[in-house]
Amino acid sequence: MAQAVAAPLRRGFLTTLRHDRWWVEPALVFVSLSLFFGWLTASIVMDWGPFGNYEVEGTHLLSPVFEPTWLTAINADWKGAWYLSPAFIVLIGPVPFRATCYYYRRAYYRSYFLSPPACAVGDVAPSYRGESRFPLIMQNAHRYVMYVALVFVPLLWIGAIRSFHVPGEGWGIGIGSVLLALNAFLLMMYTFSCHSLRHFVGGGLNCFSCSAWTRARKRVWDYVSLWNEGHRFWAWSSLLVIVAVDVYIRLVANGQITDPNTWSRF
Amino acid sequence: MNETVNVRVFRGDAESGGWRDYAVEVEEGQVVLDVIHRIQATQAPDLAVRWNCKAGKCGSCSAEINGQPRLMCMTRMNLFAPGEPITVAPMKTWPLVRDLVTDVSFNYETAKTIPAFKPRPPEADGFWRMQQEDIERGQEFRKCIECFLCQDVCHVIRDHPANKAAFAGPRFFVRLAELEMHPLDTEDRLELARRDAGVGYCNITKCCTEVCPENIHITDNAIIPLKERVADRYFDPVRWLGGKLFGRRRP
Ligand code: SF4
Ligand code: SF4
Ligand code: FES
Repeated sequence: MAQAVAAPLRRGFLTTLRHDRWWVEPALVFVSLSLFFGWLTASIVMDWGPFGNYEVEGTHLLSPVFEPTWLTAINADWKGAWYLSPAFIVLIGPVPFRATCYYYRRAYYRSYFLSPPACAVGDVAPSYRGESRFPLIMQNAHRYVMYVALVFVPLLWIGAIRSFHVPGEGWGIGIGSVLLALNAFLLMMYTFSCHSLRHFVGGGLNCFSCSAWTRARKRVWDYVSLWNEGHRFWAWSSLLVIVAVDVYIRLVANGQITDPNTWSRF
Repeated sequence: MNETVNVRVFRGDAESGGWRDYAVEVEEGQVVLDVIHRIQATQAPDLAVRWNCKAGKCGSCSAEINGQPRLMCMTRMNLFAPGEPITVAPMKTWPLVRDLVTDVSFNYETAKTIPAFKPRPPEADGFWRMQQEDIERGQEFRKCIECFLCQDVCHVIRDHPANKAAFAGPRFFVRLAELEMHPLDTEDRLELARRDAGVGYCNITKCCTEVCPENIHITDNAIIPLKERVADRYFDPVRWLGGKLFGRRRP
């Protein structure tokens, strides 16, 4: 159906009548996501070089990328065997959780897939089926990685709380341990504000008032709904902070800086 | 305090048309629709534009102002910086009738495909009872004024017209979510949502939410919950097994 279309109404990649700076947001998201995930990818395998240590010796200050610690301990054997970084554990939980997260999907579909780059700006894809076909239909598995990600919430809190204790010196407080607690808190909020969790706790119900059980679920749903409004904020803040804490602990662990704290050593 | 601004309006039909510049006087407090009316009254009596309430409630005056889908009657002229070029174009996703008027019948046809509310039998005294907490979610969706701006901005059909056969669009996901979450409704529309309405085409990039003049959280409160319900039914082997073993429950 070849039909002439008046020039101002044509379709096509990047075609738009917008003259505001619509490209700023996708460009910023592209740069930030690339930087943060680039660093985290490097961090997973980086156990050599000037930033190679990711745990401050004699303490429980461990980069959260490498939580949980007890796995790091077992890992001594794995490492010899297949040279597997203990941080590969994040590949079964946190990484797929973020990759299939409804917020991150919005972010990377816009900034990386340019589908669309911004609202009312032409889509890059010549034909489009979205998440209705393989491979993107796999995004429906988000709930499963959410269940796994939930396990990481207590694990990170345990790691953070342990960091307030130095073997042989007892309990205390330092910038590193505070940062780890902040990291655990933000990761918890990011997980607890998940859209799939919101559905799981009560969103799937049609009648909240029908029984004591559904009324209880409604109360939890109310909280998750409240946190869910800030899902984008939790997604970014938890990502920024895990990168910052990883960098900080590596700097301390490799002797570049000293962690201000109440203990006498390091 | 009146000032004269330059407004660029699309004139023409689908085959031929282009921009026409008008110098118009603007009074304080006026909206884009006022300016279009002034052009109509003083310079171009044949300028086609659809409107009704001028109060953001009838959903007739949808257009694209500086490339952004908006209601003309709710876009104040003081939104624009002095000297900023102002363009007014018809919605891009629908066939153009003339000037700013498009044929939005896609939406009326799509509406017909959604099975209506089907309540369960009333209680013994002949009444239906619902609790406020159970219908609150649906009340947000009922604010919809059917301006079809969300439909217009959605890249699934805006940039890929061929998808119109397979995709109902955000306004109808709002409608489907409203009915599916209704505490009294007994109809099952999840197969429709997945197969005919194509909720899977949506990649939750949220432009519909950005343009909705009623501030309905289309993506967060309607589309994502709908996707999750569809996932419960079709993409969740554990739930599927649970359903087979213990029977499906629909509270
Ligand atoms: S969020 Fe989905 S329905 Fe809304 S505009 Fe984007 S692709 Fe379309
Ligand atoms: S959901 Fe919002 S944008 Fe879409 S038709 Fe209704 S009022 Fe308009
Ligand atoms: S004229 Fe009714 S919504 Fe603008």
